[in-house]
Amino acid sequence: MSDNVDTSRAPRRIGKPASRVSRLFESRQLGWAAFAIAVLFPFVLASNYAMSIGTTAVIFILLASGLNIVVGYCGLLDLGYIAFMAVGAYTAGILSKAWELPILFTIPAVVGMCILAGLIIGGPTLRLRSDYLAIVTLGFGEIIRLTANNLSVTGGPSGIYGIPGVELFGLDLSAPVPFYYFCVVVVALMVLGSARLGKSRLGRAWRFVREDEDAAEAMGIHTYKVKLAAYIFGAIWGGIGGVLFASHLSAISPQSFVFLQSALVLMAVVLGGMGNTRGVVVGAVVISLLPEFLRDLGNLRYVIFGVVLVAVMVLRPQGFWPSRAYEPEQPKDVKDDAGPGPGAPVATAKEGTP
Amino acid sequence: MTQLIWNGLFVGSFYALIALGYSMVYGIIKLLNFAHGDIYMLGAFVGFAMLSSVGVIPASMSITALLIVLLLCMLVTGGIGVGIEYLAYRPLRNSPRLAVLITAVGASFTLEYGVSAVAGPNPKVFPVRLEGDSFTVLGARISVPQIVLMVIAVLLMVGLNSYIQRTSMGRAMRAIALDTKGSLLMGINVNKVITWTFFIGSALAGAAGVMAGAYYGKIDFLMGFIIGLKAFTAAVIGGIGNIKGAMLGGLLLGLLEAFGSQWLGGQWRDVFTFGVLIAFLTLKPTGLLGERVTERV
Repeated sequence: MSDNVDTSRAPRRIGKPASRVSRLFESRQLGWAAFAIAVLFPFVLASNYAMSIGTTAVIFILLASGLNIVVGYCGLLDLGYIAFMAVGAYTAGILSKAWELPILFTIPAVVGMCILAGLIIGGPTLRLRSDYLAIVTLGFGEIIRLTANNLSVTGGPSGIYGIPGVELFGLDLSAPVPFYYFCVVVVALMVLGSARLGKSRLGRAWRFVREDEDAAEAMGIHTYKVKLAAYIFGAIWGGIGGVLFASHLSAISPQSFVFLQSALVLMAVVLGGMGNTRGVVVGAVVISLLPEFLRDLGNLRYVIFGVVLVAVMVLRPQGFWPSRAYEPEQPKDVKDDAGPGPGAPVATAKEGTP
Repeated sequence: MTQLIWNGLFVGSFYALIALGYSMVYGIIKLLNFAHGDIYMLGAFVGFAMLSSVGVIPASMSITALLIVLLLCMLVTGGIGVGIEYLAYRPLRNSPRLAVLITAVGASFTLEYGVSAVAGPNPKVFPVRLEGDSFTVLGARISVPQIVLMVIAVLLMVGLNSYIQRTSMGRAMRAIALDTKGSLLMGINVNKVITWTFFIGSALAGAAGVMAGAYYGKIDFLMGFIIGLKAFTAAVIGGIGNIKGAMLGGLLLGLLEAFGSQWLGGQWRDVFTFGVLIAFLTLKPTGLLGERVTERV
């Protein structure tokens, strides 16, 4: 086992990074800056096309931050992540069409379905080696797509159309710009939530499991439960992304949920920097906007993506903006026997990063 | 009934050929080679390119031509497999497992869309179509091409098995699968053996690709995706890392699939297969012939 432990990346020094640049990259105000950019974007470009691309990018950020919980924090490879988005989108679409519900009212059912799907897939496979999870999730993505293709309740190959837009307190938010703002707010909260989760007690357990599962188990972490929790949180994030996706496009079909999409979300997480929310958000924006600029290249752009994925893993496996290996300095007056209470880590990092 | 069994065994022999590569690579370096299914696809496309460049082939020569192309394709895909191992997997030999898996996904992606960029995204019609008489045995319709392909598959598998069991390279492979460090200390050139493993596994997958192209007549750049998953399922059923298990698992999966799609309808075939995979991983993750491996330190 000792050959698996790479001590060269262990934290050498506890404390703030020295250089100005790294302090800038670690600044807590960056999240607000990103939020401000997202809010100001429609003032620069408000065409329907730009709004549609912007909304897609924002939903993509949500997916990437959800996958980051599974891949980045917990180190489990999920290759069928888009299936959870499909579960969410189809649940929302079917319920809101069948009972003419406002789409936001379907969210409890969506969350329930995603938890169920996460349990069905994660339950048997998380006890095994992590490789098995990767390939089972790959199969799961196909199962969901084929099932949606074959069942009549999901509309078969043509899918579901005429899904209602978002309505909140009697306000109709289905026009492009209001819907964009709605998505920005929802996604900002969800991204903040995933960043918070990463800093929580559970988040530390996830990173421990990622670094060394046996040691984590020896230290009293119930690794199976912790991994299942990561998987289910990822599923919920994906499901909410599906709800936004369904009401954004107002039509869903099995073609929207192919493996390519899962791979793109994975790529955003890997390129951005696994485990670092800021990096993942930047990665998601780049990956979702890049195909728009490279439209002329056709399928060649996916070849480039594949090569880049291999190259990043070989040359810079931690991604372009990795998470810092140190923990923020704890207040000196915390006594060892008291231990940091559940509120303490939150209090030290109040204005976290969306 | 006999028709179902025959169809199942026929499809199963394809799965077995591909599952062998999965299982060999997994047994030796514990890597799930996601690109393996795409090697199968690549085999079909290389065969397509070779046969189309030759021109019109008379029907009487089609089997001979196919055999020659099959051998050439095995060399090419084997070489590509070795290249992928050298460029993508070898630098990551000691990296965390997650990094290697992601690399494998990247390699698979590159192959799929590389072929689609070169050959175009639309399905291609394979230039040689195996046609022959069919006859009835015990109520099952069996055609001559099916028998030819079956015989090729069985020959390849038997050859591989005796290679693994009888030659020194095969012994080295088994030794590395048992204990990599120990075999390094015993003077086995581990890198060379791993290269050979990739070569053989990829060559078998390429052969399966050419055979599938000739039999089904249509190839496209995503054809390796589903079949890769199924080959993995076959490897798991037989016990991953076990050569005989992969053959058994492939045939068994073919049978299960034939009966499953008869029972549920053809459109549910793939869903049924993955259901089998999940059931196996839940109930018997070591597979039928796999040995119980403790995953502890």
